[in-house]
Amino acid sequence: MKFAVQKAWSNSGRARVGVLEFGSNHKIETPSLLLSTRKGLPLFISPDLLSSLPFPDSHLLQVSPFHFLEGISAKTISDVGGLHDVVGLNSNDYGLVAVPRDSLVSLPDCDGSNKFGASFETPGGRRLIKPSDYMNLINSMKPNLWVTLADEVPAWVSQKRNKISVDRTITWLDQCLSAQNPSNVVVLGPIVGGSDVEERRRCAVEVSRRNVFGYWIGGFGLGESRNERSDLLSAITDHLPEEKLRQICGLELPEEVLQGVAAGVDLFDSTYIYHLTLGGFGLSFPLERRTRAIEKDVAIEPIEKAGSDQTKINLRHIIHRKDMSPIVEDCACYTCRNHTKAYINHLLNVHEMLAQILLEIHNTHHYLAFFRKIREAIKAGEFEEFHAMFVKNRREHLAVSSVCA
Amino acid sequence: MGRRNLGPYPKGVKVQAAPLMLTRFVSKTILQFLFAQAPNAGYPLATPPPSTTAHLRQSLQLRRSLYFSMALRFEVLGRFNRARAAQLTLPHYVCHTPLFMPVGTQGTIKGMTNSQLEEIGCQIILGNTYHLALRPTSELIDELGGLHKFMNWPRALLTDSGGFQMVSLLHLADITENGVTFQSPVDGKPMLLTPEESIEIQNRIGADIIMALDDVVRTTITGPRIEEAMYRTLRWIDRCIAAHKRPHEQNLFGIVQGGLDPVLRDICVRGLVDRNLPGYAIGGLAGGEDKDSFWRVVAQCTAALPEDKPRYVMGVGYPLDIVVCSALGADMYDCVYPTRTARFGTALVPEGVLKLKHQAMADDTLPIDPTCTCMVCKNYSRAYIHCLVTKDAMGSQLLSYHNLYYMMKLSRDLHSSIIQGRFPEFVCGFLQKMFPKGDVPKWVCNAMEVAGIDISSCCAPFLTSQD
Repeated sequence: MKFAVQKAWSNSGRARVGVLEFGSNHKIETPSLLLSTRKGLPLFISPDLLSSLPFPDSHLLQVSPFHFLEGISAKTISDVGGLHDVVGLNSNDYGLVAVPRDSLVSLPDCDGSNKFGASFETPGGRRLIKPSDYMNLINSMKPNLWVTLADEVPAWVSQKRNKISVDRTITWLDQCLSAQNPSNVVVLGPIVGGSDVEERRRCAVEVSRRNVFGYWIGGFGLGESRNERSDLLSAITDHLPEEKLRQICGLELPEEVLQGVAAGVDLFDSTYIYHLTLGGFGLSFPLERRTRAIEKDVAIEPIEKAGSDQTKINLRHIIHRKDMSPIVEDCACYTCRNHTKAYINHLLNVHEMLAQILLEIHNTHHYLAFFRKIREAIKAGEFEEFHAMFVKNRREHLAVSSVCA
Repeated sequence: MGRRNLGPYPKGVKVQAAPLMLTRFVSKTILQFLFAQAPNAGYPLATPPPSTTAHLRQSLQLRRSLYFSMALRFEVLGRFNRARAAQLTLPHYVCHTPLFMPVGTQGTIKGMTNSQLEEIGCQIILGNTYHLALRPTSELIDELGGLHKFMNWPRALLTDSGGFQMVSLLHLADITENGVTFQSPVDGKPMLLTPEESIEIQNRIGADIIMALDDVVRTTITGPRIEEAMYRTLRWIDRCIAAHKRPHEQNLFGIVQGGLDPVLRDICVRGLVDRNLPGYAIGGLAGGEDKDSFWRVVAQCTAALPEDKPRYVMGVGYPLDIVVCSALGADMYDCVYPTRTARFGTALVPEGVLKLKHQAMADDTLPIDPTCTCMVCKNYSRAYIHCLVTKDAMGSQLLSYHNLYYMMKLSRDLHSSIIQGRFPEFVCGFLQKMFPKGDVPKWVCNAMEVAGIDISSCCAPFLTSQD
């Protein structure tokens, strides 16, 4: 696996486009999205439909090893040949990134962690995971990229707790590295330390001393305030070497992703797609790069699609009952090429699984297209305008709807 | 309303209780004559109809037969005794029988996309009129262009009448001469489903094949109710025929009722055949009756129904039942079993079933069926499916995919083995894999004897060789 920064954004230098190489010469441009999975496969998109998503953007999947604490043993995973073979994805085509936290069902429980291991809520209940258990799973899974076990804490814990989290994380980093299968050298070192910039810096310095491929930034998306996030993120990434990969968990909404990109992060996971899909929403926010604000008269429209806004469509709503158009015109995903809002509306009303399958396909497709637009903006040197305009347009819409309400 | 529509009969043709063969022959030549006059009048099918009785003579000699109506063409291409392999041409798709139809209750097969269904070779999907009439309503489906367009399913569709669901799903459903009375599940108001309304709803939905509303009783019931139901079914078929507004595009199949009583079944068959419908279904089975009675009813009906028209055994079912019924001369089947059992973690395999929830599967690195070439068996181990089933949607999806692939393959194997003249070998191979110890159930042996298929090589307790 290789990573190289291609082009930095000229103005303040943090947002950047990079190229991640894996498998048989697959190159994925970053910033990029890791697709969320349950036990290695997307929740609803089976592999034959997965290949209909954009290539190669859709070929990085994030897997939490804790999904495999029950049901299938680490030994069986090894016997089959590793996680790629277990989930039926060609290791030359798909990159699997093992991260303990998936922000959905594998969540860090910082109160339960102690010096022996990190506590997590997992699909099998609350578990204390020791570095040795963790490495047993990682070695049998043989992912393309993995993060060592971290003691992740949210932003509001005490300074003492921050210090402890950094100490434990570094210790476990060393334990994991020494226990790893020699061939698996592609590891991300975790950067923890809560909101304490000094601890974050210390962590970064310590991790950098080990042989890591890149960094995984923890502690975000755990309920901290969005306003303080930007500053903390930038402070962290300033201490990370520029040429190495940075991944983050927990930044989900488009605005949050943009914050991360602005701070110089390369890989994101997102449960946004999951929540949208289960809620019966289809992503619809406009993707064209706006370099100017939406026209005033266009913005003030009567609210005709109740429960929807310019970002997403509520497909459960009765207004879509007879709508024979796709979720988004010109969208090239399987769902929009083949099915209509009326049909998805019906499927949601009768609680059919096909609704979630079709929605996950569309939402993933749309969100990947969003990431593509981000990369285009950075390459064109217009990222700051893109970021500002995107946020402004979404706020504008909210202002309009509050006026009309 | 106007004059009573005489249905598929041209005006002025009198129908009497003539012997079955003569009636069939007479009506067939009349139809052929009509079409010779106006070859493509309202004929929605791609191939033009043959125009001479010479063709009919020739096909009888080859033991092939050809039947066509306004919206259906059924050509038997091969036989083994009673079993037949045929080409069934419907307005939306050219199908090959014997075939299994997955049930897409509410306008979708649970957890499968159209592309996957096409990939595995699905030809006809069944939609449930009762569910669709509730949501999203037949009027909406009609307004949006019919169920094919609504679902974007390019191949064939079949809808049932809605009667069965009403009786089985609804509390306080009652059957009167008028129709099925029930409480609306939406607001509890008393409602009535008449034969006319069932056909009207199905006309709006627009499936290639629609089913007449029948008075269906469980085979476990005995007494005069069964006779009442059978005669009512015959009275209702006339009302269905009269109400059918789209005979050029939709084929109305009649359903043979009569419980397990051969006399009643015979009366029903004759009555339905008199109406000269494009196809016939054998109903009232697959409801818990013993297998010995089940196969006998199927055998009797397939013997009495016209041999040149499709026969559909409703609610069947298990792969073994499908093989037996095909040997006895049936062509079409539907059942929720493959998809429903998938959601409970059970896979269909040549040996029978594989329960993937079982703890023994947790470490099994074999595929579900090593001989299966579906996407699931080529890529996944039993261990992985085990950890998914009943917990994650993906487990349901992958198992449904495999089970339906299995059923589609069974359909293809039945069709091709008959055409290629190796049907008995196929049946024996099927039974050997399912009953490796030779313990084939007695009812299967009896049925195969009537079907004229020698399964002694897989049946005997004294199994000497595999030949």
